[in-house]
Amino acid sequence: MEKLLLIIRREYLTRVKKRSFILTTILTPLAFALFMVIVGFIFAYESDDVQRVAVIDEAGILESGGISNETSLIFSVEDRSLEELRANLESYDYDGILRIPPITNLYAKSYTIYYYSEKTPALDVETLISQKINKRIEAYKIQKLELDIQQLEALDSRVSINPEPLDPETETRSKMTGAVGAVIGTFMGIIMYMTVFIYGMMVMRSVMEEKTNRIVEVMISSVRPFQLMLGKIVGVGAVGLTQIAIWAILIPSLGLLVNLIFGFDTSGMESMGPGSQNIDPDEAANTVQQVMIALGEINWGSMIVLFLLYFLGGFFLYSSLFAAVGSAMSDDLGESQSLTLPITIPVLMAFYIMFVAVQSPNSSLAVWASIFPLFSPIVMPARLAFEPPIWEVVLSVVLLIGTCLLFIWISSRIYRIGILMYGKKVNIKTLGKWLFSRD
Amino acid sequence: MESVLKLEEVVKAYNKHLAVDRVSFEVPKGSIFGLLGPNGAGKTSLIRIITTITRADSGTVFLNGEKLGGRHPEVIGYMPEERGLYKKMKVGDHLIYLARLKGLSKSAAKEAINYWLEKFEITDWWDKKVEELSKGMQQKIQFIATVVHQPDILILDEPFSGLDPINTNLIKSEIHRLREEGTSIIFSTHRMEQVEEICENIVLINQGKNVLQGNVQDIKQQFKDNLFEIQLEGQPVLAENENMQIVSRNNGTLVVQLQDDRASNQLLRSLMDQGHHITGFREILPSLNEIFIRQVEADPKF
Repeated sequence: MEKLLLIIRREYLTRVKKRSFILTTILTPLAFALFMVIVGFIFAYESDDVQRVAVIDEAGILESGGISNETSLIFSVEDRSLEELRANLESYDYDGILRIPPITNLYAKSYTIYYYSEKTPALDVETLISQKINKRIEAYKIQKLELDIQQLEALDSRVSINPEPLDPETETRSKMTGAVGAVIGTFMGIIMYMTVFIYGMMVMRSVMEEKTNRIVEVMISSVRPFQLMLGKIVGVGAVGLTQIAIWAILIPSLGLLVNLIFGFDTSGMESMGPGSQNIDPDEAANTVQQVMIALGEINWGSMIVLFLLYFLGGFFLYSSLFAAVGSAMSDDLGESQSLTLPITIPVLMAFYIMFVAVQSPNSSLAVWASIFPLFSPIVMPARLAFEPPIWEVVLSVVLLIGTCLLFIWISSRIYRIGILMYGKKVNIKTLGKWLFSRD
Repeated sequence: MESVLKLEEVVKAYNKHLAVDRVSFEVPKGSIFGLLGPNGAGKTSLIRIITTITRADSGTVFLNGEKLGGRHPEVIGYMPEERGLYKKMKVGDHLIYLARLKGLSKSAAKEAINYWLEKFEITDWWDKKVEELSKGMQQKIQFIATVVHQPDILILDEPFSGLDPINTNLIKSEIHRLREEGTSIIFSTHRMEQVEEICENIVLINQGKNVLQGNVQDIKQQFKDNLFEIQLEGQPVLAENENMQIVSRNNGTLVVQLQDDRASNQLLRSLMDQGHHITGFREILPSLNEIFIRQVEADPKF
């Protein structure tokens, strides 16, 4: 036990003290912050290209109300003829002409208006103009068809589903729970996926290094191969946890700092989406409130505990396999790929299933994948925000721990033979043989 | 004599290939012992069993009279043939790490390492990374790592392979000093001439089997051909008979083979009686290498 601790300590400290580790751990959040600053600037940037548009209103839809200007779009209704404007566009200081032909059929579903200009109009200009004209045509129709505005507004209603638990005793859930859960779930799933790969590979590389370095024989004349392997896995896992913990603190606080310093108007970002002009501010505020309620509803305590459990489970499960493969490898890269492939396939499958699980967390694929121990470390964290039934979580955790122990045992059997085996071509079959061979 | 290590009928097979086939021998306490044999004879397999890296399929190993077990790595110092260190670690940290894995406390490890670094006059290496050291320098560190915990038994697998002459001498003299202090040392090598001068006792392994063992001088006596080399002036007249054959005669150097080694005095007397001036006389003993080759060739399986 004392020796195991010594090994863990060395594996941990040598990695944490490395310059590359310190740099990536600190630079990654900084890169995030920089990215936020740049994105903020890009979204805050408004086109300085002001377009002046002459409007020929043949339909007369602008008579009641006119057309409003934008910072980058200035309209002026013209009486001059199209021909004259087309010929002297520049001398009148216009960039384009908008012609609205007369509306002949009030019941038509689509109308065509014309825009004359040297350059094709930008997409945002196009959508802006058609939105504005659409509103005017609507008003025109209401007036011509003598419709009652109040009645019309009554037609415009929205349905939103408010999820309620069956048991009236439990607290009601916010309508945003689903969306918030999906975001958190995807985020957790991606972290798990990256962890398994990055740190699993780190274990594999380190095992290979010890073997090709020939330090391993000196080591195992002092400690059991199992201690060496376990110490390495635990040490690297602690490195992973350290890195994630630092990021979990640094990234949000840097994000907050960026927001405080530059004060980007995040609502500006939202309004960039096409058609988003229709969102009225009340509703936006309501959404934010719902998100906050949903975030508050999540049981963060059990979520973090379970996330750590799956993190450790997934990491131990896969990194022990990576350690076994690393022990069997020589420097031959082609061979190493054929051995790592069987490990990467389930990880990739779990990663894709995770996206399904986020979309429909209670589908049978999501449920079974989150119980199956090779997938559960990635799929279950993605489902956690949707509060899966307790029995599923318990079953999944028990299976994961059991499989973990089994895989560590299997891997240590392969490892103890592999690290002393040089210059031998190894495939899955030989690994199987090693598993059952004696010490 | 008390033995530090005793092997009884040790067997080890890899995939039906018998690497070690019922090998038994004893290493006397405080001696330098040679584990000899050609490449692939099973030396490394045997060493891995003794160092508890692997387990014997059958047979028993006794260390200091106890059956080999979990705490024993701490009284063994092992320098494998293929050696390596963690390249990125600092020399001091590395030595402390290896010493602590052998059960030393941190302060005891520091003290012992300082002793050795001072002895080799390399105290300024403490903060150097292993990768900054030359190969010869790394070999010194490797040796310190092997002996730092004052093992009862030191096992050196091809210790001089890849060593420069200076380090070879340094380590040879350290080995002799450690032996004076009571450490038992096992040398494993296929280069017999290297250990002939160092080892008191040997065991010869071939194809996993124990071919020959015992005290080096006894073995040489056992396998000697009663050859004598005489250096003298003049051309002696010697009659060959069944008791004496002249093997070679060359510029005043005469090599003769006697039936009985006790007859050497008689030979000398007859030469002296002939009035020749004798300048040198010695018995030619076979080298371990010759004995080994003879033994292997006598093995019908070979």
